[in-house]
Amino acid sequence: MSAPFRLGAGGRIDRSRKLRFWLDRKAYEGVAGDTLASALLANGVHLVGRSFKYHRPRGIMAAGSDEPNALVSVGSGSRFTPNLRATQVELTDGLVAQSQNRWPSLGRDFGALNDVFSPLFPAGFYYKTFMWPKSAWKRIYEPKIRAMAGLGRAPTLPDSDTYTQRYAHCDALIVGAGPAGIAAALAAEAHGARVILCDEQAELGGSLLAETKATIDGKEASAWLSDALSRLSHSPNVRWLSRTTAFGCFPHNMVGLAERLTDHLPSPSEGRPRERLWQVRAKEVVLATGALERPLVFPDNDRPGIMLADAARQYLARYAVKPGTRVVVVTAHDQAYRAATELAEAGVEIAAILDIRQDASGSWAEQARGAGLHILSSTTICATSGRHRVSSVEIAPVGRDGKVGPRSRLACDLVLMCGGFTPAIHLFSQARGKLRFEERLNAFLPDGGAEGVRCAGASRGIFGLDAAIADGVAAGEAAARDAVGGGVEAAHSPVPLPKDLDGRRLDPLPHDRSPHRVKAFVDFQNDVTAKDVKLAVREGFRSIEHIKRYTTTGMATDQGKTSNMNALGIAASALDKPLPDVGLTTFRMPYTPVTFGTFAGVARGELFDPVRVTPTHDWASAHGAVFEDVGQWKRARYFPLKDEDMHRAVARECQAVRQSVGVFDASTLGKIEIVGPDAAEFMNRIYVNPWSRLEPGRCRYGVMLREDGSILDDGVVGRLAADRFHVTTTTGGAAQVLNHMEDFLQTEWSGLDCWLTSTTEQWAVIAVQGPDSRKILERLVDDIDLSAAAMPHMSVREGHVCGVPARVFRVSFTGELGFEINVPADHGRAVWQAVLDAGFSRSLTPYGTEAMHVMRAEKGYIIVGQDTDGTVTADDVGLSWAIGKTKKDFVGKRSLARPALSDPGRKQLVGLVTEDPELVLEEGAQIIAEEPTASHRSAPHKMIGHVTSSYFSATLGRGIALAMVAGGRRRMGETLYVPMPEGSIKAVVTNPVFLDPEGKRLDA
Amino acid sequence: MLLIDCPFCGKRPELEFRYAGEAHIARPADPSGLGDEAWGRFLYGRGNPRGMHAERWRHLNGCGRFFNALRDTTDDRFAATYKIGEERPMVAEPQGARKA
Repeated sequence: MSAPFRLGAGGRIDRSRKLRFWLDRKAYEGVAGDTLASALLANGVHLVGRSFKYHRPRGIMAAGSDEPNALVSVGSGSRFTPNLRATQVELTDGLVAQSQNRWPSLGRDFGALNDVFSPLFPAGFYYKTFMWPKSAWKRIYEPKIRAMAGLGRAPTLPDSDTYTQRYAHCDALIVGAGPAGIAAALAAEAHGARVILCDEQAELGGSLLAETKATIDGKEASAWLSDALSRLSHSPNVRWLSRTTAFGCFPHNMVGLAERLTDHLPSPSEGRPRERLWQVRAKEVVLATGALERPLVFPDNDRPGIMLADAARQYLARYAVKPGTRVVVVTAHDQAYRAATELAEAGVEIAAILDIRQDASGSWAEQARGAGLHILSSTTICATSGRHRVSSVEIAPVGRDGKVGPRSRLACDLVLMCGGFTPAIHLFSQARGKLRFEERLNAFLPDGGAEGVRCAGASRGIFGLDAAIADGVAAGEAAARDAVGGGVEAAHSPVPLPKDLDGRRLDPLPHDRSPHRVKAFVDFQNDVTAKDVKLAVREGFRSIEHIKRYTTTGMATDQGKTSNMNALGIAASALDKPLPDVGLTTFRMPYTPVTFGTFAGVARGELFDPVRVTPTHDWASAHGAVFEDVGQWKRARYFPLKDEDMHRAVARECQAVRQSVGVFDASTLGKIEIVGPDAAEFMNRIYVNPWSRLEPGRCRYGVMLREDGSILDDGVVGRLAADRFHVTTTTGGAAQVLNHMEDFLQTEWSGLDCWLTSTTEQWAVIAVQGPDSRKILERLVDDIDLSAAAMPHMSVREGHVCGVPARVFRVSFTGELGFEINVPADHGRAVWQAVLDAGFSRSLTPYGTEAMHVMRAEKGYIIVGQDTDGTVTADDVGLSWAIGKTKKDFVGKRSLARPALSDPGRKQLVGLVTEDPELVLEEGAQIIAEEPTASHRSAPHKMIGHVTSSYFSATLGRGIALAMVAGGRRRMGETLYVPMPEGSIKAVVTNPVFLDPEGKRLDA
Repeated sequence: MLLIDCPFCGKRPELEFRYAGEAHIARPADPSGLGDEAWGRFLYGRGNPRGMHAERWRHLNGCGRFFNALRDTTDDRFAATYKIGEERPMVAEPQGARKA
């Protein structure tokens, strides 16, 4: 059980705390401080997954968030997370991980046949092959391809964890707590800045965590680090966040951070959120995000046991793990010599260091030489072998002419590669910073252009511990100076790029094999090889953005952290262009994948989209109401009794209103109180109607237009006093009507003295409608004379209902005698109950929006937004009577004078009755004038209109519809046709008022 | 997310605001005196500049006030915000980065 590749001493781990974990049902042991990757390596496990397309065995390649291969699923049930990088999964006791994209097992994978047949799968294979028949793509090809290729399974259960979100402000946000970031934080703090320092790892320190020998300010690196962190943690001006990835840089220095709070705990306590989204607004941002090691591109460079050189050194120094026993190092950069030297000191056999360069003269190379390591310059790798773990490599010298000499074989169980380092400029680029190609580094570096964002250390090409710290100090000082101001001086300047930059290789390593037959991987996660990139260029792709999409290089979940520069180098040489001319693909957030839960935060379930309910909602629920959504409101649609369906319930509810009395909750109506000396003048300008002569106590049906002449909204308005109007709007239009009114009042007519106040939620509205409605109200009201003479149709009175202050409107949206009782919302439920009690002996019937719709359609009352759209004028729907003809101006008046708006051929509101009374037309159905015959059923017909509202009217015993029909008012009595899939339906054009056109019932 | 400086409330996140179209398009004092073409231009004629754009915003989920702003359409940077009725301020066209 004990881990055979763990050293007896060293590393930042706690050997006394042993942790048991499982990969694919096999148990292993790690220790506190391990990642899943380091614990697996300590157990000698390299094979951890299968690749995306070819199902090739893959191992751990990197040590951090750049890992492309080692993706695992962790957890189970409602806490199952796929596609986690094993290099970032902190080991916990009892952790259960699974490898991905393999069947039946990691060792024997059926899908590996893809690798055998890989000559059949070039770049663009899917586009080229699965073209015909078109219909098969969705049904057959895509599902099969998705099942074969891919990552982990999506979780099947709802996430049982909770997530949280925070906003924060600071003077300086420092991203990355390596030497440069920590130095920047110390410097900014010392200059009085409020600092947030974040790092994606569990421990702050970055590369310092793998420094075993270096000294800083005369102290061991680890001691310097703990002193620095202690200083930062004692400062009230510093907040530091570990396990926190800055995933995106947004405009105006807003940076998104994802903090992982509980994944590292063996069992998260109930109620503790799993992750926290930080939206940090920083005056200044310092990006100390370091650099990413580049792999080398050589044949079969993807076998388990082939790792990045510096990653292997980190496993050794930080986790005390020997990643192998006999190592071949292949490099184009001096840093690999450091890895080789430190591994050799730990007792790992270094078979050879192959350097593709002709000479290596840096200090690390000198040390390796001094340690007697076997160094072969101008040497390449032509092949590797080993099924589940690399077992040998074939190496060959490269002549000055580039010719590859005779091969020889070296046995090994670990190959370390290093192609140089790519500064992590992702966030800088997201902040719209400019980039410049530095030839000596073969990398893009930040080049200004991002206001308030600066880079420090390796992320701007400043490598080496001392230089990075000095650069961090300068960046921290400058950030404090710019954020705090007030005499803060930056005493240090950014470190200049050194002259002897060591950048190196982007081209594939030379070999002696047919370039068409070998797989030299560029993008390990998406299985893109050097020959795929070259093929894309041969097939005519020129833009790097197109090459990226065609080959999918850089498009995996790692966004090409290890692959982008190599792919760019290969594309540039295939295009025979200098690399900067080929350009760089766009960096987009997130830097590493962020869970949906983090973005959703608490906005899940009931909180995903707020719901508005009326004061009678609970009563309606308890009485079996079926609700419909209107905007964010829940409205009772109908109240079925026993086994009634909607049709029967609505018929019963309508009958009650028409014959005795019904009650309806109209609280969702938008309500605006308009008050002030100029209230009437404001009304005159906003509405088409005239308001000056409307007496207090009376109501008017108001229509308002947009400036272009189309109907914006409608509703009954009551004038309570000379300077006070109670405006109602449609349920859905309330917010935009108020916005429209505010716009004119604030910007065009700021001289008008009046105030607009939304009172939608302040009033509960109980509509009592039907011939018996007055009798019910009389029982509840004692200070308002409700008689027809004292309170005619379209009037409003203030008084008390059940002792509650109320505004009582005599209005009707049903065509019956009716009242709408407005009481303060808190009293709505009680007054509703009082109305029900008062009406019990009169078989008072609660009705819902569906019955309301049927009854208003019987009366030809429009619903704005259903019977109208943005092209319909007041005249089109027969409302030109509402327009104040003598008013000089109102919003929309001038547009009505445009010739197109008075064209007699415009669509106009009409009624339609079907020949067959049982038929109910479909809302939205098109209308044509001529009867389609069998001989030209498919011939194009001119659409002359469409059905806008259609219901079965139990009162009339037939289907009725409202429709907008071209020149409709001249077509009364004409037969039109509504073509439907089952055949066309005959309908006759009628007056849109189907019931009681004289309006006698209103005065019942 | 943009930070927008409401002239009444100060800097607030973009989410609190609603865009309200181009600024400084005054409603004609006597619309009926305008010909169809001039009225059509008032209704629909809008600039679409690359660079500084004077536009209206409303601090909808805040003080509720409309105000004007100058925004560079190439990088969304706000050069100024000012109250309705105030003159469009003179601002230099943007000149790239403040610092490296």
